[in-house]
Amino acid sequence: MIPRPSLPPWRPLLIPLIVLALWELASRAGWSDARFLPPPEAVLRRVWFETTQGGLATDLAASLRRGSSGLLIGASAGVALGLLLGLSRVAERLLGPLFLAYRQVALFAWVPLLSMWFGGAEAGKIAFISLAAMAPAVVNTWRGARDIPRAHVELAAVLTFGRLDFIRFVALPGALPFILVGLRSALIYAWLATIGAELFLNIAPGLGGRLNEGRETFQMDLVLACIVVLGALGIAFSRCAAIGEARLLRRRG
Amino acid sequence: MPVLLLVLWVVSAREGWLTEQILPEPRDVLQTARDYVASGELLADTAISLRRVSEGFAIGAAIGLVIGAAQGLSQGARAIVELPFFVISQVPVLGWLPLLILLVGIDEELKVIVIAWSAFVPVALNTAQGMRDVPRTLREVGQVLTFDPWSMLSRIIVPAALPSIFTGLREGLAHSWQTLVAVELFASSEGLGYLMSWGRQLFQLDIVVMALVVVGAIGLALNWTLGRVERRLRRWQVQTA
Repeated sequence: MIPRPSLPPWRPLLIPLIVLALWELASRAGWSDARFLPPPEAVLRRVWFETTQGGLATDLAASLRRGSSGLLIGASAGVALGLLLGLSRVAERLLGPLFLAYRQVALFAWVPLLSMWFGGAEAGKIAFISLAAMAPAVVNTWRGARDIPRAHVELAAVLTFGRLDFIRFVALPGALPFILVGLRSALIYAWLATIGAELFLNIAPGLGGRLNEGRETFQMDLVLACIVVLGALGIAFSRCAAIGEARLLRRRG
Repeated sequence: MPVLLLVLWVVSAREGWLTEQILPEPRDVLQTARDYVASGELLADTAISLRRVSEGFAIGAAIGLVIGAAQGLSQGARAIVELPFFVISQVPVLGWLPLLILLVGIDEELKVIVIAWSAFVPVALNTAQGMRDVPRTLREVGQVLTFDPWSMLSRIIVPAALPSIFTGLREGLAHSWQTLVAVELFASSEGLGYLMSWGRQLFQLDIVVMALVVVGAIGLALNWTLGRVERRLRRWQVQTA
């Protein structure tokens, strides 16, 4: 890379600091209604209170459990389906158009149908999260499996690999970069769907439920505290995904 | 396969393998659709949904293009904007929904803001990425030809970044449509999403399935239209380059 004049390190913090300062000032000077915009320290206090004494840990655990079961089901089904579509002509012909048609329907449009099939409780939520996580996993695995170099396929044929060996030693490693991209967006979608399911379906412990509670009881500090937690989690997820991805790719290389 | 599935659906409904509460007969769905079309309700709800999406998407995409371009063209702007942008975009769109409902109520503004927001993020990200990735050599050609900043932008940077910008717009539009359905399910008294949640409350799956089909068809149409526009612009890109 070409060396460039190093930027002062405070730059990235400029906007956040200005926003915080304005926020603080607004609540101090009484420009803003504390019901609509509680001061920053009130939000922080709420985060602290909820983590230490309130039920935030329980809610967080519930949301994470829900999200990860959905992600696990959806992503593994998605990778399997993607491999099938990418490796078998017949499957691609038969199921491909169907899957593409399904993709056209906006994700949340499945909520009413799924909630009638699986109910609005845990099963319905997990079904929805799985569905959300599945689509990106399928698309990317499909693309990756289709693009495996012919030479590798032929080599496997020469070595008379069985079907399972072929998938294990050729297809999965070959499609890995694509599969990882798919899993990463599956993670994002699963998380979005978790929050969505908790907002739309039956009330149950979870971050989405807390957000709803905050809205219904007009506790702005609770709503903002939940958003802070959501943001922190999002950052943690994308860090973990990046690290995991780098590890797996290195092992493959 | 789709035909096979349809046949299976008809047969299973006729034979009563699945109750109506699980999967309504295709005939019922068609009948309901005919009724809703005849009464104009379906069209009205679709029109409302489309208006919300187009307003939200237009606003979000416009802001996204500007912010993305600023990030892509100026390192200073990027250094300032990147971190806050990243942090904010880590909160799922729906996480903002309860906050926005408290701030602006559940009227039109709420929908437009949320939809604009969901279009803004991918458009800004991809525009910035595309402009940053314009090959150095192309920029240098512009410098050799002593282009002024405006022609540099319109002749070199925008055409070169176009594929990436379009990826962003496409993603933004898809997100807008998804968000629209979500907001309408959550807080609305009209529109396709509302139609679905209403059907669910009445346990009328035929309404739900009908709305689902319309939602899918519009998603397809939006995608297709944007694809056409993109191909048009590609030709222009080749001509300018």
